[in-house]
Amino acid sequence: MIAGQLPALVVVVPLAAAPLVVLVRRPVAAFAIATAACAFSFFAALLLAAEVAGAGPISYALGSWPPPWGIEYRVDAFNAFVLVLVSGAATVVAPYGWRAVAAEVRRDQLYLYHATFCLCVAGLLGMAITGDAFNLFVFMEIASLASYILIALGRDRRALLAAYQYLILGTIGATFYVIGVGLLYLVTGTLNIADMAARLPAVPDLRPVLAALAFVTVGVSLKLALFPLHFWLPNAYAYAPSAVSAFLSATATKVSVYVLLRFYFGVFGLPLVVETLPMPQILLALSIVAIVSASLVALWQTDLKRLFAYSSVAQIGYITLGIGMASREGLTAAVVHLFNHGVTKGALFLLVGGVALRAGGAGFASLRGLARAMPLTALGITLAGLSLIGVPGTAGFVSKWYLVIGAIEAGRWWLAALVVATSLIAVGYVWRFVEAAYLAEPGPATPARGEASPVMLAPAWLLVAACLWFGFDTSFTVTSARRAAALLLGGAP
Amino acid sequence: MTRLLVLRIVAKILIPFMLMFALYVQFHGDFGPGGGFQAGVIGAAAIVFYALIFGLPAARRMVPEPVVETMVALGVFLYAGVGLLGVALGGNYLDYFVLAADPVAGQHRGIFWVEAGVAITVSGVMLKIFYMFAGRRRDLEEGR
Repeated sequence: MIAGQLPALVVVVPLAAAPLVVLVRRPVAAFAIATAACAFSFFAALLLAAEVAGAGPISYALGSWPPPWGIEYRVDAFNAFVLVLVSGAATVVAPYGWRAVAAEVRRDQLYLYHATFCLCVAGLLGMAITGDAFNLFVFMEIASLASYILIALGRDRRALLAAYQYLILGTIGATFYVIGVGLLYLVTGTLNIADMAARLPAVPDLRPVLAALAFVTVGVSLKLALFPLHFWLPNAYAYAPSAVSAFLSATATKVSVYVLLRFYFGVFGLPLVVETLPMPQILLALSIVAIVSASLVALWQTDLKRLFAYSSVAQIGYITLGIGMASREGLTAAVVHLFNHGVTKGALFLLVGGVALRAGGAGFASLRGLARAMPLTALGITLAGLSLIGVPGTAGFVSKWYLVIGAIEAGRWWLAALVVATSLIAVGYVWRFVEAAYLAEPGPATPARGEASPVMLAPAWLLVAACLWFGFDTSFTVTSARRAAALLLGGAP
Repeated sequence: MTRLLVLRIVAKILIPFMLMFALYVQFHGDFGPGGGFQAGVIGAAAIVFYALIFGLPAARRMVPEPVVETMVALGVFLYAGVGLLGVALGGNYLDYFVLAADPVAGQHRGIFWVEAGVAITVSGVMLKIFYMFAGRRRDLEEGR
């Protein structure tokens, strides 16, 4: 009985955990409930992914109202993969929060952090699993509101401003999305995503559909921080508590990428997006600017957290580059990178959080000679940094490999060269860390000898190990991404 | 305080009716316009009115902060709990059909508790926001 209910429970358990955490209030119990709920979701997501891989898509009618009238939860090869990423990241970050957040958030507010974290997880999982365009908006709002709060909990007072900035831009993004959905509802009379896709080709008047496409594109691009709509991201990631930066960078933008892909290929369809409109060309141009400019900006940052935040903007550029290719290899690369970058950036932010806690900040002054003070942390950042560059043997290499193959298959040699060339900028900013940590003498701001607490180091190293593991064994990531790409290209009407 | 005599007496007369009207809107939601959200807002407005006339400390004594915060969480939990009850009784999540022997009665029962959850959370959130804003200004004045 429970197995059939997993599509609902994967979202409902963290959702119900949030008020429960508020009711119990005690930090220890709050932490235990939140972590258990995330772990349950991860377990459920893995079971769902296995079931989908074996038996095909699952449809779940919420409240037993049959779709397209009721809300449908639909799990297929693509969103099962996203569910695994989101719930997995939550399960790794939740125990990390035990020490990290306790140091950054006031003790009487700790239970509110755990409750909000559960809400954010539930919102992101809901966005991924739902098959209803309006339900997706509701979950988008749950996840966004929760993330504004989580960012504002940062120790630095600038976190408040960063959260406010994100609130304004995020709200505009969500509003644009819902306007787009409204237009689609107007012309198709349905909110169910699959039903919408089936009815859209019969719509005689193209203009509202094009307007809907524009609104959805801009709205979701704000959420996923596509250049030039990325201004909220660097501040939000830099000033949020470390656990929050790690979780959001690993999941929030990735789920938005999923939504964009779902709408482009699952609703509007390839002919409209590729042939009627020059969307691939627009995405390619924006992605290239994002990669080059954000990587260059990252080079000049004086704070490691901000550096990695700008690098996130660049890495999202690689994902949208893959989407812009609109080919099987390109989409595979986009979906693989969505996962690999989530794991890599999660590891980096968790490790930087450890440094920030010991040194009181992640400025380059406090990184001098870090390899001697915190050898495991420095090694972890270096290894995850290699994955960020895309060195063979790391997860990052796999994504870049498929991007390059996709570019070559499309006959765009210059694009392949560009992907390789921009990786060199990544070498530049990762080298800045290596130089400070390994080659410089410890300065006055360097933390005293001693690692971060094992509760923080273990989850971070788990993700570093995952960076390396998914660089060697690509059977899970690439197979899932291939299936997702096939689904997106074949599922389009 | 004597200048507020009229207001105080009017408030004392009105507040019970406001609370009553909240309950009316709550239960009438089954048959016509109304429901948990509106009822929650009206109920909270009665307390806000009380606080405006008799002062924030009096309102905080009547509905203390911990109660308000519990209400915020309890309503959501009640809503989610009704959904999970559907699962426990062999239906899907938020399945009201299985809540009673007769499916229509089940729908009735399900929406009743869900709306109760909505009302509790909405009035809790309204009061929480009011307390935070009102308390903030008070703290500033005391600081001066």
